[in-house]
Amino acid sequence: MTIEFELNGKAVTYSGDPDTPLLWALRDDFGLKGTKYGCGVAQCGACTVHVDGMNRRACVAPVSSMEGRSVTSIEGLTGAVAEAVQGAWVALNVPQCGYCQSGQIMSAIGLLGLIEDPSDADIDAAMAGNICRCVTYGRIRSAILQAAQKVKA
Amino acid sequence: MTSHLTRRSFLARAGTELVIAVVLPSLARAQAIRRMTPAEMREAPAAPSAFLRIGEDDSVTVISKHIEFGQGTFTGLAMLAAEELDADWSQMRVEAAPSEVTLYANLNMGMQGTGGSSAMANSYYQMRKAGAAARSMLVAAAAQEWNVQVKEILVERGVISHAASGRSSGFGAFATLAATMPLMLQPDLKDPETFRLIGTDLPRIDGDEKSTGKAVYSIDVERENMVQSAVLHPPVFGATLKQLDAAAADAIPGVLATVQLDRGVGVIAQTRFAAQRGVAALQADWDMSAAETRSSEEMFRTYAEATKTPGADTETRGLGAKGLEGTVRQVEAEYRFPFLAHAPMEPMGAVVDVQSEKAEFWMGSQLVTRDKTEIVKVLGMQPEQVDIHTMFAGGSFGRLGTPDAEFAAEVAAIGKAWGKGPVKHLWSRENDIRGGRYRPMSVHRLRGGIDEKGNVTAWDQVIAIQSFLKGTAFDGAVRNGVDRSAVEGARGVAYDIPNFHVGLHLMENGVTGNFWRSVGSSHTCFAVETFLDELFALGGVDPVQGRLSLISDEETRLRNVLERAADMADWSGVEGKPGRALGVAIVKCFRSYVAEIVEVSRGEDSLPKVHKVWCAVDCGVAINPDVIRAQMEGGIGFALGAAMYSEITIGAGGRPEQGNFDLFRSIRMSEMPEIEVSIVKSTADPTGVGEPGVPPIAPAVANAWRALTGKSIRTLPFSRGVMA
Repeated sequence: MTIEFELNGKAVTYSGDPDTPLLWALRDDFGLKGTKYGCGVAQCGACTVHVDGMNRRACVAPVSSMEGRSVTSIEGLTGAVAEAVQGAWVALNVPQCGYCQSGQIMSAIGLLGLIEDPSDADIDAAMAGNICRCVTYGRIRSAILQAAQKVKA
Repeated sequence: MTSHLTRRSFLARAGTELVIAVVLPSLARAQAIRRMTPAEMREAPAAPSAFLRIGEDDSVTVISKHIEFGQGTFTGLAMLAAEELDADWSQMRVEAAPSEVTLYANLNMGMQGTGGSSAMANSYYQMRKAGAAARSMLVAAAAQEWNVQVKEILVERGVISHAASGRSSGFGAFATLAATMPLMLQPDLKDPETFRLIGTDLPRIDGDEKSTGKAVYSIDVERENMVQSAVLHPPVFGATLKQLDAAAADAIPGVLATVQLDRGVGVIAQTRFAAQRGVAALQADWDMSAAETRSSEEMFRTYAEATKTPGADTETRGLGAKGLEGTVRQVEAEYRFPFLAHAPMEPMGAVVDVQSEKAEFWMGSQLVTRDKTEIVKVLGMQPEQVDIHTMFAGGSFGRLGTPDAEFAAEVAAIGKAWGKGPVKHLWSRENDIRGGRYRPMSVHRLRGGIDEKGNVTAWDQVIAIQSFLKGTAFDGAVRNGVDRSAVEGARGVAYDIPNFHVGLHLMENGVTGNFWRSVGSSHTCFAVETFLDELFALGGVDPVQGRLSLISDEETRLRNVLERAADMADWSGVEGKPGRALGVAIVKCFRSYVAEIVEVSRGEDSLPKVHKVWCAVDCGVAINPDVIRAQMEGGIGFALGAAMYSEITIGAGGRPEQGNFDLFRSIRMSEMPEIEVSIVKSTADPTGVGEPGVPPIAPAVANAWRALTGKSIRTLPFSRGVMA
């Protein structure tokens, strides 16, 4: 059995164990290492990717559920929102260890895709599932707000 | 100075880069592998070849002897070298040093490793001298090539120039010739007043790769023909494997082998998913005869009982505990601190490739010398046969630096058992949270008294805690029943209390402990700073004024940070806006000074809600103020989350009751307070910032909570202690 889906804008075929979590398929079969393992049970958000434009935890999504869908990992980001978010991340020196930041960035871009001008409460709600053990939350919040302003301008 | 020169001056080509490869003087080698005092660090000779590589493309690569796990070492070390080299920030690169203790020892430790918030402190002169020496060699080369005087040459932002002749060049063009120039062992260093880069908010050198998913951690290392492994650990500390039925695991497609380890069973498979399924399918019987089967509740009771006797004397002033007899009012309090996991976002992981004559490791190695020593034992090899490539690590908070290097030994055993090429060995989050090496649990008993004027005149603190150093390579730190890492922050506290005693009971405990961000101060600061507030309240003394009058005269830097924080918070007492209160706590930790003041209300969940934190820090020369602010913010958030929600409890029979982030609760975005950080300007040599922001936040919050509600919090986490 093979699974066909779109990955970062390209058609791909997966022919391994269909129960494999998307996380490991991305990392070990497609060589996309930006998406990280943190908990395996959708509790930390380090594996956040976009599936058909929505935030998804790749660690609990079997690759079989991706049939016909469009998956974007941090390596496949394009567009003004992604550019603004990643630019703000660098400008505000958000990352410390950096390990959770792919997931944080994917969640932040997902948020801005839904809400152009998020409030603090919107940010709290959208980012609640992304843990950062270095606790860079203050800068993540500032970076999201800065990126939102930049996209609007 | 030429009399100090030894063999040097050969070039090696590494890719497109030319390497200034200067053989180090034997003097430098001899000095490098022992602990140095700050004064000795200042005098140690320059070693540019160990730390700098200048490419034909003008790039300057700094070789970092310290792991980068978020604390900003790569940025800081590059700034130190770039400053004296007069390089431009854009030409700087950093890579991790190989495992070679003779070149890359932490001068503070006498071994290769990172910890104790010492990276900048022990590198401040070393990296600047490397930069200054390399600069002088580049200038000498330019002078020779251009046939002009050395003193007429200017170096600015990566450009070497000679005004009179109008000539200028980047560094790369002179890299080859520079390597043949005399090495100055004691080059002149800049007057700090003239620093151009140090003291500025340069962007983190790893910021871009960590915002694009490109940074490579151990888990990301790829090797040809690599297989994957996962591990099953005993469910209870100290249990050993009695019997294994691996038939179901072996039957899973992709499972290649099972390996019996000192602690548990490894499963090697073609894919990560197969390795994980293999571990889940193992049927293991455990021998519990040497296991630690007590629950943490039972341990707490034993510890609490122990604190009723004085224990080993770690420090006595005046009459010690007997001083209580001369006081007019007394308080007694018992504090309980839980086991805490570190839970770095990247669970333990490594890639290992054991071949017949050599072995390579790619891992987040924090105590490199310890890791290598244990690896060599497992593999039966010589140190020269083992290479450790230190990778970016997804956090540590102390987790990666274990005195017995247990994880490195496990990885070596897996690699050796496979023996057919590279293996990626990863722990699951459950392996991590249940795997021990926790911040040890402890009980503190405090008794204190005031005189008729409200002065604190007697203090008796008895601590019961296990030692995670005893019986390890760091056993030397434990003397006469005293492990200083267990009492730091209590023993030697900076308050002038005339009758003072700190006693210690080192408890036996089979649950493994380890360093945890700020180590002893992660619990001692809470007990000391909240108990002190209780004594102040008894005497009607303001917490800021009381501390200012109690801080020893010589601790001016501690007094300064407290005054700074009080200014920032506009402190006029513990009363805040309606429904809110303020609390304060201070610490001297790894030779840095931090004061934190918090504004707290009662949250919807009946727990403290922290609105604002004012933090003042004195860490000597501020190399990169923005990195320092980030470390204070992160340290505060990390410790606030731990204090509010985090604990590892051991259930009946000895099993840890938490296994993932659902039950080992971490702070989240909505719970993060606003934090304002102020850095006290200082000309003192730099000290640590990774840990010192941690200790004061929990006691400051508890102090504010008591001011708000009248209730003390003496059991952590607050989610438990507020109800107690």
